[in-house]
Amino acid sequence: MTQFRGTWWHSVASAVAAAGLLASGAAFAQKTELLVYTALETDQLKAYQEGFNKTNPDIAIKWVRDSTGVVTAKLLAEKANPQADVVMGVAASSLVLLDLEGMLQPYAPANLGAISAQYKDAKNPPAWFGMDVWGAAICFNTVEAQKQGLPKPGSWKDLQKPVYKGKITMPHPASSGTGFFDVTAWLQMWGEADGWKYMDGLHENIAQYTHSGSKPCRQAGAGEFPIGISFEYRANTTKASGAPVDVVFPVEGLGWDLEALAIMKGTKKLEAAKKLADWASSRDAMELYAKNFAIVAVPGIAKPLPNVPADYEKRLVKNDFGWSAKNRDRILTEWNKRYNAKAEPK
Amino acid sequence: MAENARSSEGPYLRLTGIAKSFGRFQALHGIDLAIERGELVTFLGPSGCGKTTLLRIVAGLEAQDWGTIVQDGRDISRLPAIRRDYGIVFQSYALFPNLTIHANVAYGLVNRRKGRSEIERRVAELLKLVGLPDSGAKYPGQLSGGQQQRIALARALASAPGLLLLDEPLSALDALERLRLRGEIRALQQRLGVTTILVTHDQEEALSMADRIVVMNAGRIEQVGSPRAVYETPATPFAADFIGKINVLPGVAAGRDRVRVGGRALLLARNDLIEGSAVKLYLRPEDVVVHRDPATGQGAANTLAAQVAKVEFLGAFCVLGLAPEGTDFPALSANVPRHAVDAGGLEPGAHIAITLPPAALRILG
Amino acid sequence: MATAATASAPGPVAAGRVVRQALHWQERLALALLVACCAALAFFLLGPLFMILVKSVQDKDGAFVGLLQFRDYLGTPALRQSIFNTLGVALVVTGITIPLAFTFAYALTRSAMPGKAVFRVVGLTPILAPSLLAAISFIQWFGNQGLLKPLLGGTPVYGALGIVISSIYATFPHALMIILTALLLADGRLYEAAESLGTRTLRRFFTITLPGAKYGLVSAAMVVFSYTVSDFGIPKVIGGNFNVLAVDIYKQVIGQQNFNKGAVVSLILLLPVLVAFVVDWRMQGRQHAQFSARAVPYVARRKPWFDGAMFVYCTLVALLLLAVLGMAVYTSFIKLWPYDKSFSLRHYTFGLVDGGVIVSFFNSLRMAFVTALLGTMFIFGCAYLLEKTRGMPGTRALIRLLASIPMGVPGMVLGLGYILFFNHPDNPFNVLYHTLTILVLATVVHYYTSSHLTAVTALKSLDGEFESVSASLKVPFYKTFHRVTVPVCLPAILDIGRYLFVNAMVTISAVVFLYSPDTQLAAVAILNLDEAGEIGPAAAMATLIVVASASVCVLYALVTRVLLTRTQGWRRPAPGN
Repeated sequence: MTQFRGTWWHSVASAVAAAGLLASGAAFAQKTELLVYTALETDQLKAYQEGFNKTNPDIAIKWVRDSTGVVTAKLLAEKANPQADVVMGVAASSLVLLDLEGMLQPYAPANLGAISAQYKDAKNPPAWFGMDVWGAAICFNTVEAQKQGLPKPGSWKDLQKPVYKGKITMPHPASSGTGFFDVTAWLQMWGEADGWKYMDGLHENIAQYTHSGSKPCRQAGAGEFPIGISFEYRANTTKASGAPVDVVFPVEGLGWDLEALAIMKGTKKLEAAKKLADWASSRDAMELYAKNFAIVAVPGIAKPLPNVPADYEKRLVKNDFGWSAKNRDRILTEWNKRYNAKAEPK
Repeated sequence: MAENARSSEGPYLRLTGIAKSFGRFQALHGIDLAIERGELVTFLGPSGCGKTTLLRIVAGLEAQDWGTIVQDGRDISRLPAIRRDYGIVFQSYALFPNLTIHANVAYGLVNRRKGRSEIERRVAELLKLVGLPDSGAKYPGQLSGGQQQRIALARALASAPGLLLLDEPLSALDALERLRLRGEIRALQQRLGVTTILVTHDQEEALSMADRIVVMNAGRIEQVGSPRAVYETPATPFAADFIGKINVLPGVAAGRDRVRVGGRALLLARNDLIEGSAVKLYLRPEDVVVHRDPATGQGAANTLAAQVAKVEFLGAFCVLGLAPEGTDFPALSANVPRHAVDAGGLEPGAHIAITLPPAALRILG
Repeated sequence: MATAATASAPGPVAAGRVVRQALHWQERLALALLVACCAALAFFLLGPLFMILVKSVQDKDGAFVGLLQFRDYLGTPALRQSIFNTLGVALVVTGITIPLAFTFAYALTRSAMPGKAVFRVVGLTPILAPSLLAAISFIQWFGNQGLLKPLLGGTPVYGALGIVISSIYATFPHALMIILTALLLADGRLYEAAESLGTRTLRRFFTITLPGAKYGLVSAAMVVFSYTVSDFGIPKVIGGNFNVLAVDIYKQVIGQQNFNKGAVVSLILLLPVLVAFVVDWRMQGRQHAQFSARAVPYVARRKPWFDGAMFVYCTLVALLLLAVLGMAVYTSFIKLWPYDKSFSLRHYTFGLVDGGVIVSFFNSLRMAFVTALLGTMFIFGCAYLLEKTRGMPGTRALIRLLASIPMGVPGMVLGLGYILFFNHPDNPFNVLYHTLTILVLATVVHYYTSSHLTAVTALKSLDGEFESVSASLKVPFYKTFHRVTVPVCLPAILDIGRYLFVNAMVTISAVVFLYSPDTQLAAVAILNLDEAGEIGPAAAMATLIVVASASVCVLYALVTRVLLTRTQGWRRPAPGN
């Protein structure tokens, strides 16, 4: 005890010092720190950040990641005092909404000219531009299908069949960008009345509305719920992981949205933000997007992905982001009123 | 002990008008007390009488609400405990369990930046003083209760304080250890000449150890005096009752020097009574004179016939429960040596005579 | 001290002014520290709670709207349903967990069955895991691909059923600890007396055991109830379409970014927990008279039939508990549930390390370490000042009150309060927002009460006169604090550290609103992984947390053992003491 008592004071002192260091974290060098809100999948963030830092090593990106719905709600809630410098990889329909609220800083990034007209804001300079297209896909578990005697669906309408009761999950449109474009695609494709009628029928078969667009496909992959309405990137990775899923692209047409980028108005780091926008529009960046998505904003870069049909772009429905943005609140309110009881938390 | 000759005149410790209340409970009502240098004074009283509170006020561990304390000519009324000059020993020993005996005794010395060899010498001296010279390397948990209390005493004396405060130091010990330590503490105190206050509720302890006893009750001092004086001439009924056993005989003064108790007039060794006033006579049981022959002193003053109601054996002596015969004289008890009972004639039911000596009959308060 | 003096006693005799003792600078220092502790507690506990009250009566733009938002909330049937769902589930969980835990504790204390030490450890294992682990594991057992799905007879595990069984698992160890303590405290002499009077076993159970454990049972029931009401991880993962209050707060705050609505739901959630807390508190107040200081521990005697039955019961429960933990670990190590059950580390390597999610595990370790270290220092230091210095009785009473409040505040409510309070532009401490420090602060405050009670109990068991002796020896209080108080209380101090560490590793409700991109924690990562459907990596992360917590517990056990052996000399009780 004697040796001990003399030293415990010192050990505590050094431990506290260590704790202080830990708590403060490693101090960043004199880097510009860019706060970027994103809904990109976690497994994509790292590659994009590394790609950007290759050309801009002096700018550090601080990601705030959440689902499309959460990021959108967060940005709207912070309208009076915006925190983010840049929004990257968030649905174009959400960015149109922010633009309508006057929250975006228009900017023409370096490679703007190369980006297809339909994948960027029509204004010049544009308030936002697209990075890539992500669109609907259905994950269908073949093993469970055999066990449970489920036919492979080919169309959206097939999913209404009673045989699928309790077998389908889809993302919640309020929180998931995927869920939202599913809903807006149905409404635009078939008109409002028929669209809602379709969803009423589909709702009967839905087991769960999930928080994220990825989860339905993951659940399908694990056989938990054999059919998951998801998007093609997640469908691809799930199949690649060895799960017994077939990726189905319903014949009526596929809902889609753009992962897009915009600079927030009032950012104190406009120069750095522009650099990120420049990079995000660049060919280098597009090549990175192309690893995950079948369609990127600059034509001619995308390579065919396994499990995605060559005419994928043609299967996309006509999507009016302006309409989706303006009606976002109304659509979600109506949706909640009709189906909220089965929604997964959040 | 050290040269505490700041002021050689007057008492070493003087308390004036010390009052203290806890919320609405008044624990001490204006205590005045002077303690001489080198004296061992005990605060004696039942629990809740305020004796420990008074001790803690002297130590500065409690603050009095009113009153002043002067120690060795210095007004310490407002000094915090750490600035006062005393050593203290508690009932619980309060030895630091994780420190060796040596470290415990040296605890206060180390802080005074004394030299290492000086500390070693002092600790050895103190351990020898309390009779445990070889215990330095042990831990408190390895010693008996009495040994621990000796170490606590050594620790309290280590820095040669001018005042030693003992708060019920023997109460946690078994009877044998208590007796032995009682003598040791007293001897040590006398050898060192350190002014000491001992708080106790044990009258025997107070009587055997103290130079003077301060009898306390309900926040007040009932009596201050030497053990003999307090025992033999208690100042108040409380003092009489708390210290030793005593017979109480209610009566009415029947003249300047006599009191009528249950139809019998008892002669007193005083002649200042006002006839007709109600008084209470106090008589120690050992002062009752017992005659085996019921005919002894028939008709003599203060002698009456009685029957032995019971005999209580208390070791060295026996207590007789007596019922005086005839008139409604109150029952009383008498102490007699054990061999007197052994000799026969004092069995329950025996008829005897007793004498209540006038000099032993007192009126108090 | 009950003597003649009463309220009508005469006033002080001596003339003059009231004496005020001068304060030594050391006493001033102690009082200053005490006030600082009190201020810190008030600031970091009451500040956030106050902000919730404020926000609940404001609209989004900060205008006062009174109870409008409450009316709004209660007017929405789906949200109103949450209240009944929450209370219903909590009552069912309490009703099942308490008898389960009581029987288990009864077997551990009153039977002579073999393997008690093992059962005890296994019974407490759920404490090492975040509540999410239970939910994930039960999905694996009872979900559509679950091995035991047929047992549910068609009822889906998603929903009330899943919440109930997961919550039973998560609350079991908490109830077990409390009831064990209560049963261990029971006086063996009562049983001896009963046996000598020939009292029958059953009667003994109802006349001695149950009444003796009554306060422990109530306390355990309140803790289980509060835990279930407040927990958010379980219903989030396995609740399916079954809405509960804790998840509603999350939906409002994260999904809708509607902090004001979140504050309203918080207050509604706070209510039942507060009621449970007050009930428990009042019961504990009455308990003290029950145990005499001389109680003799009960020693169980062999009764083959009873011991056998208890052994079977405990084995069953232990296997169930291990099955839950085991399924999560298993899930983390197989390639592809349920189609390719070959061993694979890919959920760790690919799912956690390559995905960058592993960072959150190190964040959690860091956060837990800092919480354990600084939290223990503050809590023990504050308890020391409270118990062992004197002066300022009002401040002391306030600290006692503040220290007991966190037990009655659900983590989600505290967490929401923290964002509201520290994100406020006028708060000078808003630099803490989005730092690891704020996570540490919230966690320390969240788990303050139990730690504080441990510290106070340890300090109270020290001789009350150490400080008086030090003062008489002219030794500063802080010197005695470090030479005597801390070494003697070391086992309790380590215990507090372990408790804070383990809870910091698993906590989710208090921190789910507070983490930033740089300070994401492991338990939150599990939640996000589950949301993305990544069950394998989620299970892997849960397994890592269990391993970390278990390591710290083993370390604690080893250090304590070494300490006790090294200090055996002075810890051996004195004869006759």
